[in-house]
Amino acid sequence: MTDEDLHVDGEDDLYVDGDGARWAFGTGFTDPLHGVDQSVPDGVDAEDLAACCLALGDDALVSAQRLAEWCTRAPELEEELALANIGLDLLGQARLLYARAGRADGTGRGEDAYAYFRYPEDFRNVRLAELPGGDFAFTVARLLVLSVWRLAVCEALAAAPDPVLAAIAAKSAKELAYHSRWAAEWTVRLGDGTGESAGRMRAALDALAPWLDELLTDRAAARQGADPAAVAARTRLELFHVLADAGLDRSDDVSPLETPAPPVPGSGRNGRHTPHLAPLLAELQSVARAHPDASW
Amino acid sequence: MQETEETEGTDVKEAPASMNMSVFEDTIARDQRIEPRDWMPVAYRATLVRQIAQHAHSEAIGMQPEGEWITRAPSLRRKAILFAKVQDEAGHGLYLYSAAETLGADRTDLTERLIDGSQKYSSIFNYPTRTFADVGVIGWFVDGAAICNQVPLCRTSYGPYGRAMVRVCKEESFHQRQGYELLLTMMRGTDEQRVMVQEAVDRWWWPSLMMFGPPDDDSPNSARSMAWRIKRHSNDVLRQRFVDMTVPQARKLGVTLPDPGLRWNEERGHHDFSAPDWDELKRVVSGDGPCNSERLARRRAAHEEGAWVRRAAAAHAARRTARLREGRAA
Repeated sequence: MTDEDLHVDGEDDLYVDGDGARWAFGTGFTDPLHGVDQSVPDGVDAEDLAACCLALGDDALVSAQRLAEWCTRAPELEEELALANIGLDLLGQARLLYARAGRADGTGRGEDAYAYFRYPEDFRNVRLAELPGGDFAFTVARLLVLSVWRLAVCEALAAAPDPVLAAIAAKSAKELAYHSRWAAEWTVRLGDGTGESAGRMRAALDALAPWLDELLTDRAAARQGADPAAVAARTRLELFHVLADAGLDRSDDVSPLETPAPPVPGSGRNGRHTPHLAPLLAELQSVARAHPDASW
Repeated sequence: MQETEETEGTDVKEAPASMNMSVFEDTIARDQRIEPRDWMPVAYRATLVRQIAQHAHSEAIGMQPEGEWITRAPSLRRKAILFAKVQDEAGHGLYLYSAAETLGADRTDLTERLIDGSQKYSSIFNYPTRTFADVGVIGWFVDGAAICNQVPLCRTSYGPYGRAMVRVCKEESFHQRQGYELLLTMMRGTDEQRVMVQEAVDRWWWPSLMMFGPPDDDSPNSARSMAWRIKRHSNDVLRQRFVDMTVPQARKLGVTLPDPGLRWNEERGHHDFSAPDWDELKRVVSGDGPCNSERLARRRAAHEEGAWVRRAAAAHAARRTARLREGRAA
């Protein structure tokens, strides 16, 4: 890429501080995977690779959207920063995964085509991600479950046969290690804090429990190197430790997540969602769909 | 906040007040920084706490008008940019509350004063954001005006405030460019988008000019702040700087600034421009702007709804400390 490619006509003469004027106007390319060899290696089923990227991308986008809803509502400024940070990481993961999906599925679609111009039934996220925001305890509990599970998936995918997915997964794993630590620390704080906070954490875990099965039986990344049984075992173990540290485990050694309530039938992975996804997407897509010919 | 003029733990504590004052004045005259443990006049401390708290509150409240658009941003790239920008504002709020704490102020107390209305924040955030073009125009005008105001504050006489402003200004400058870049992109888009940009420019221009405060002849606190070098340029000088900076950017963008009196004055070497409606500024400052009650209500609700979380965190921290002590004693 030449210097000229990065240059937007004449803008920098409006600013007086030289080179600094240039980089703020973007990189000059829009594809997040610009410069990366995006061919699908021999032996990798492109359709399955695309489906895996789409599923994990949709999980990330829907989670980021739920976290964005917290903006200006967090209990402290420090948590505004943390929640936004985690939301931004997940948004970044979604963008990379969509770029990979668009190449692997042969449609060449860009990230915005996936995010803004699909219907709810086309989304493949797990339903846990789309449940409405709830209180801070619910957000912490959901993030704990999702990030512990996604970390296990991404660490396994770091050895995926597709080098692009492997690289995205390795980058994501670093981010998810922080997300799960943040959520674990808050789980412990709230579990050990006051009667009210422990009660809210228990209620949140109870509300999440019926949706956990969908994660623990998920096969979206199975053929890309993330063994579902191993992912499930690791997720359960991590959650068990965190909940024990938080004093949220039960005396009978049963995790509050191992609820007697049966799992909710169906799967977001098949496009069968709760009624909560449609309004989430309606908001997310509202401006883009109102101006389909616009450039942003 | 500390009410006495002496600060603990300094070797000037025993010195007579007149000597303290001369050291303080000499430090200011030599353009050096006053640091947290230095002696300072009560009024200097109070002025700074008021100004820094107002600035911190502005960052915290300022997250709201743009934050409303994160969930609706029309592309993932714009969503990431906006999310990060609003996060930066939370970060600025934190640096500034921390700077206020070096003066003996307490963040909880400052937050209480914000939500009970006894401390103010910048009136610009009491205007609504109606379209996504507002995100660009806020970046261009509001962050642009903030930069004009704040770059000189990097050299303000109180050390922690000046140092916080260095980082704030770098980030604001980035935000301004991102806002302007969004507008450039929109102006290259559809006719509808160009109308949207112009309409947002029309709404935000006058409130942006008011961000510099009342005119110099009606700015009661300015002279003392200038003498103490908390403030380095008058409101009108900074407002002029903003207008001169913005006019060529507007031309480049292809929008019209909504002031028929705006023209280049060769003799002065500056643009002439009309006075904003100062009565409107007074109304908005006194609480009667389009979104005052909504902004404060949101901040208050977040604070109240988060109370159980803060109580839990404090209870856990206390219990953890006690357990560690027990462990050590055993």
